[in-house]
Amino acid sequence: MSRDPLGLVSADPGPGFSFTFDGEPVPALPGQSIAAALWACGRQSWRRTRRTGRPRGVFCGMGVCFDCLVVVDGRPNVRACLAPAEPGLRVDGQEGTGHAELPR
Amino acid sequence: MPNSPADPAGTGLDGLAGPDDLTGLDDLADLAVIGAGPAGTAAVNAAADLGLSCVLLDAGALPGGQFYRQPAPGLRAAEPQALHHHWPVFAGLLRRLERHRAAGRVRYLPGHHVWSVSGSAGQWRVHAVGGPEGDTALTVPARAVLCATGSHERQLPFPGWTLPGVVGAGGAQAMLKSGLVLPGRRVVVAGSGPLLLAVAVSLARAGAEVPLVAEASGYAGYARRPGALAANPGKLAEGAAHAAWLLRHRVRVRTRSAVVAAHGGDRVEAVTVARLDRDWRPVPGTGRTVACDALAVGHGLLPQLELALALGCRVRTLPDGSPALEVDAGQLTSVPGFWAAGESTGVGGAELALLEGELTARSVASALGRAQPGENPGRLRTLLRRRAALRGFAELMAERHRPGAGWADWLSADTEVCRCEEVTAQEVREAVDELGAGDVRTVKLLTRAGMGWCQGRMCGPAVARLAGGDSDPAGTRPLSCPVPMGLLAQGADD
Repeated sequence: MSRDPLGLVSADPGPGFSFTFDGEPVPALPGQSIAAALWACGRQSWRRTRRTGRPRGVFCGMGVCFDCLVVVDGRPNVRACLAPAEPGLRVDGQEGTGHAELPR
Repeated sequence: MPNSPADPAGTGLDGLAGPDDLTGLDDLADLAVIGAGPAGTAAVNAAADLGLSCVLLDAGALPGGQFYRQPAPGLRAAEPQALHHHWPVFAGLLRRLERHRAAGRVRYLPGHHVWSVSGSAGQWRVHAVGGPEGDTALTVPARAVLCATGSHERQLPFPGWTLPGVVGAGGAQAMLKSGLVLPGRRVVVAGSGPLLLAVAVSLARAGAEVPLVAEASGYAGYARRPGALAANPGKLAEGAAHAAWLLRHRVRVRTRSAVVAAHGGDRVEAVTVARLDRDWRPVPGTGRTVACDALAVGHGLLPQLELALALGCRVRTLPDGSPALEVDAGQLTSVPGFWAAGESTGVGGAELALLEGELTARSVASALGRAQPGENPGRLRTLLRRRAALRGFAELMAERHRPGAGWADWLSADTEVCRCEEVTAQEVREAVDELGAGDVRTVKLLTRAGMGWCQGRMCGPAVARLAGGDSDPAGTRPLSCPVPMGLLAQGADD
């Protein structure tokens, strides 16, 4: 029995790349979503809620629940489970509405 | 035999061509199909076979929907069938779709989310948003529309269900199929419904340790309806194969059990599993802790009906409380010119969805005067017989996995019921008990539960039951997905 998902389907992905998450480099494979790349490196938690500041990550995994929101290149409210990882993206965990640092 | 790297899906094609260009979309199509899952793909193929001009719109980047969700092409999976049942069936559908596209009979628009349908039979207008930022508008005019929008998972809250690492069972499956990733190393699978066994097998085959599968109902009840079982030997064999695989690999399956709490700080570290009585009430003293770093949980599937409900399509309630569109023998809803197939007419699985897609195509073609109603009578009889048998099985599954009223005993006062607006069970109960809220809408107005990003898709089933109901809300939402304000303004004169 194969020990990982890539082995199970005999995947031979194209060359990997990295993006940053909260300033740290995260490796990713072509075609993976931001959430998939974060899961692959063991991260499950990347958002804090608006009211109570509780941690959140992927829940529905298909774009319905909006729990996995991240800030991508300064743009808040991006669903990490849908948005493809791309080389050089700057991804940050979202605090509250993601607009805290924007000028009022 | 492994497929060639140039043909990762094993379709016999040199990879899928990109999306079709958008010129000529102003021409009135015979049929617009919303959703490229099993029902939509089968329908568009059969309709194109009958000579209809079709447009296939899909929110996903690749055809297949959730069931046949494909690994991203960049991952170059040589054997995607390792994660899929009946992959050759799907590969065949893709080959036919490509032939119809090449011949110009089908326009395929991936990455386009339909947010509204306006007009009436013969002159529908299907409104979609697409593009990388989701802000490019597109309107497809069509004589007939098929709603093949599929389903999403039903969730019921419990303490700790918002912790990172607690994920939907279907969501874990979707992330695995598309991104080839796991939510954790040691994953408990819990909830109710036939999907759980399939998810547990997938996760374990992909390398996760699955210490336990907890099914809140039982499987014994299936035996009390031998007719539905005898008519569906394939379905029975599928479930039995999953169960046998789990047994062989020493994955424990406990029925009448549930995860009644998840524990952890920034992520889940353990869950409490308890025995349930017949109504899903935890049996006192039976709780025990299971260490894990992820929990995949779900309580069945709910059809996505927003587009159809906005048009006023009639709905029926299935034995598990889920709403489904009423359709006639040809899959036509109560709204003329608007058909539905697959999970939107009641959750029943991919095989049923394929049949219903084909039946829809025949019905649309005869409604448009392009085919005789009874063409190829032998095939028609087979389709109708199989549909009746599979619908029977679907109703049996719905009855067996109907959420028990006692699930609400899992909640503590501070359990967040609405994940988006962070509304607790206590707040919802106060609205119901002290302020007299008796339905989802009133609870929403009083507490904001269901008012957030997901528009009540996650909390709706729980709130409806806490408000005294015993079924899932057939929630009408004016827009089926987020749409930029500028596009709405543009469409005002449409």
